[in-house]
Amino acid sequence: MKLSEKELEIIEILEKDARTPIDVLAKMIDLPVEETEALVRKLEEAKVIVQYTALIDWRKADGREGVTAMIDVKVTPKRGVGFDEVAERIYRFPEVKSVYLMSGAYDLSVVIEGRSMAEIAQFVSEKLSTLDSVISTTTHFILKKYKHDGIVFDQGDQDRRIVVSP
Amino acid sequence: MKPQTRKTYVSKTVAGLKPSGIRRFFDLASSMDGVISLGVGEPDFVTSWSIREASILSLEQGYTSYTANAGLLELRQEIAAYLRRKFHVDYCPETEILVTVGASQAIDLALRAIINPGDEVIIVEPSFVAYEPLVVLAGGKPVAVCTSGEDKFQLNPVHLERAITERTKAVIICSPNNPTGTVQSRTELEAIARLAEAHDLLVIADEIYAELTYEGEYTSMAAVSGMRERTILISGFSKGFAMTGWRLGFAAAPDEILQAMLKIHQYAMMCAPTMAQYGALEALRSGERDVAEMRNSYRRRRNYFVASLNEIGLPCHLPGGAFYAFPSIKPTGLTSEQFAERLLIEEKVAVVPGNVFGQSGEGYIRCSYASSLEQLQEAIKRMKRFLARL
Repeated sequence: MKLSEKELEIIEILEKDARTPIDVLAKMIDLPVEETEALVRKLEEAKVIVQYTALIDWRKADGREGVTAMIDVKVTPKRGVGFDEVAERIYRFPEVKSVYLMSGAYDLSVVIEGRSMAEIAQFVSEKLSTLDSVISTTTHFILKKYKHDGIVFDQGDQDRRIVVSP
Repeated sequence: MKPQTRKTYVSKTVAGLKPSGIRRFFDLASSMDGVISLGVGEPDFVTSWSIREASILSLEQGYTSYTANAGLLELRQEIAAYLRRKFHVDYCPETEILVTVGASQAIDLALRAIINPGDEVIIVEPSFVAYEPLVVLAGGKPVAVCTSGEDKFQLNPVHLERAITERTKAVIICSPNNPTGTVQSRTELEAIARLAEAHDLLVIADEIYAELTYEGEYTSMAAVSGMRERTILISGFSKGFAMTGWRLGFAAAPDEILQAMLKIHQYAMMCAPTMAQYGALEALRSGERDVAEMRNSYRRRRNYFVASLNEIGLPCHLPGGAFYAFPSIKPTGLTSEQFAERLLIEEKVAVVPGNVFGQSGEGYIRCSYASSLEQLQEAIKRMKRFLARL
């Protein structure tokens, strides 16, 4: 889908801050509000804008810290459907946050979020490893998130500039 | 025996200089809490990590000694390549480029290198606060040529010609302009060029904001036909590369002038800080993507902020560059000082009164939109409330 310059501007702005009010967005891209709204709707319908999400630092919510693991999965691709079928069987589990087909030492990279290490261990041993095409899994637990999706966690954003300068 | 009265030790020239009007607002604003500052003349981005990292590496490797007076040759070569790539002007890195401590020092050097006592220097107003005092300190006489909001602060060549006398040595232009954000069009630059040729004048072209031009290709004064030989091109890393605190600028000029500037620089400054020069080298080599991203971000904020100013009743032209909006406050009937002071005290929004940039800035305020979108939205809300009360 070929996007216009204004459409590209919209998705760049919304990717940084999905909560940018429509009237502000309209001024930023220099279009009337109605026209901007129509463009946003079009981008949503075309699934260029897939969803609006919030980036949460769960460590700050007591009792909800959770555990994230990245699992390297080796699989046997199936004739005709390659890796797609097994990938789909994996990504349908609600615990699975993302699935990528990788080049290199393993085939699928699966990111899982759970309440505890035990929960993730259970998922890997009971759900993932038992899938027909899965040959092996290697689980890496994430110990601390420093940067996620381009955003640095706990970054001081205070303005260090003096109040008035030449 | 002690003399009856103590003589003043300060030179008459310095004693006669007015303190910067910006300073007064700084003192007032910094004594208050919860101020939204639109008074800053610098990017709200931190210098790109790759630049900071290159500078740290230079320290780790022990590059802590002086560089050549004119700056690292490697950096001057990069600057020459950058000027050729971006603005289509050719300078010899060995003899025509000088690395300075900020663009301000480059302007000071340019003026000191060319002015004989009493020479007149034309300053296009509203203008950056340092031009006038620097001309005076160099022994020259500043002559203001005003531009007006009605012309979107474009310089009218007729007004310029009227100000030229036998003693006129140079014209200082700044494009995009601080404080108006106006970019001089190619046609205007050509008109200035013809006058410079006809009257044998130099042009000091302050192009520090060139990277922050939003529409069309930027035209450097030095790239206008016949002007390379009579232009002192001033630029630096502060604005485009978000490196204000690094104090690193440069000048490019014909051999004879540049060498005269170098002579002063070598006695007064020796050389620009070495670690900053290594950072600048990296900025020119890999900074383009970051600059483009920052420019895009400023452009969007400009669009929002200027449209909002017009909406709340502060008429403002759409500035073509830099990160300043320069709206008229004439509809309020207040002077720019009164407006800025009351806005600061009553609504805690800091802006700079236009009159500190020269007489033609009266009736305007300078608002920097190099602040987060949230801050700009809040500032607009407060300004609207303030205007409703007047």
